[in-house]
Amino acid sequence: MEELIQKLKVQIIEQLNLEDMEPDDIDETDPLFGNGLGLDSIDALELIVLLEKEYGIKIENPKDGQKIFYSIKSMAEFIKSHQK
Amino acid sequence: MEQLTIKTYCHIKNNRICINGELAFEYPEASSMHDFLKKAFKHFKPGYAKFYKMDDISKLGFLASEVLLQDKPYLAYQPEDTGIVISNSQSTLLTDAEFQASIQDDTNFYPSPSVFVYTLPNIMIGEISIRHGFRGENAFYIFENFNANFIADYINQLFLSHKLKACIGGWVDQSSENYEAFIYWADNKKDAPLAIEHTAKEIERLYNLIR
Repeated sequence: MEELIQKLKVQIIEQLNLEDMEPDDIDETDPLFGNGLGLDSIDALELIVLLEKEYGIKIENPKDGQKIFYSIKSMAEFIKSHQK
Repeated sequence: MEQLTIKTYCHIKNNRICINGELAFEYPEASSMHDFLKKAFKHFKPGYAKFYKMDDISKLGFLASEVLLQDKPYLAYQPEDTGIVISNSQSTLLTDAEFQASIQDDTNFYPSPSVFVYTLPNIMIGEISIRHGFRGENAFYIFENFNANFIADYINQLFLSHKLKACIGGWVDQSSENYEAFIYWADNKKDAPLAIEHTAKEIERLYNLIR
């Protein structure tokens, strides 16, 4: 799980152009949206693409997004539970 | 009769940034426009993380506006009285091509939402407006070359018809070979150290000031 969390941090920094941010700057339990990393709605769409492109996972119900993308940790748990 | 006058102007080209004709920043060793803009943005340190998410042409226009508006002349005006009219020759062609590349291959079809949102040139105007809270008239026009006559007439008409009291005008262009930005701030204030007539002749002269 720790390895996946680190990988996700690197991918999110790169995919979302989080300039000047290092993986260690992100706490895996910090909220990705709102007061945490301050991501916006376009970032949310990029995260959906990232899940599909890098992990082959599609989010079937958009309502689940809020829970899945709450933090890096929740994303990692979702990926882990959906990987074949 | 009340008239618009140009109070400040900014050029970005050839890895240099000039404000009112004076060199404000240069990075001759930049490997690309992208490289130059990142370096320049860090130099001016506006502390705005959204900058890094923009496409390159929006970055160019946004950076030019940051340098242009350092003294915050817009604070003297209501948001709805401040407009932006920018033009170029290439629209967002490079970003359009980047997006097209992401959907070219049916077996690797991952359209990027963050690239897609920048496939319109007036998004640059939106970024500048969001940053400073402008809510006045805005428009983006495409011409083969910088058209000072049109820009002067269009903005003067907006002013004379009381649609705005202050405006950013200019040209922000990027092709695969080159880039340039020339934008200015014009308003109706009388007491200013610099007040250049807002006419096509003067705008053309300022545009050609930095080669």
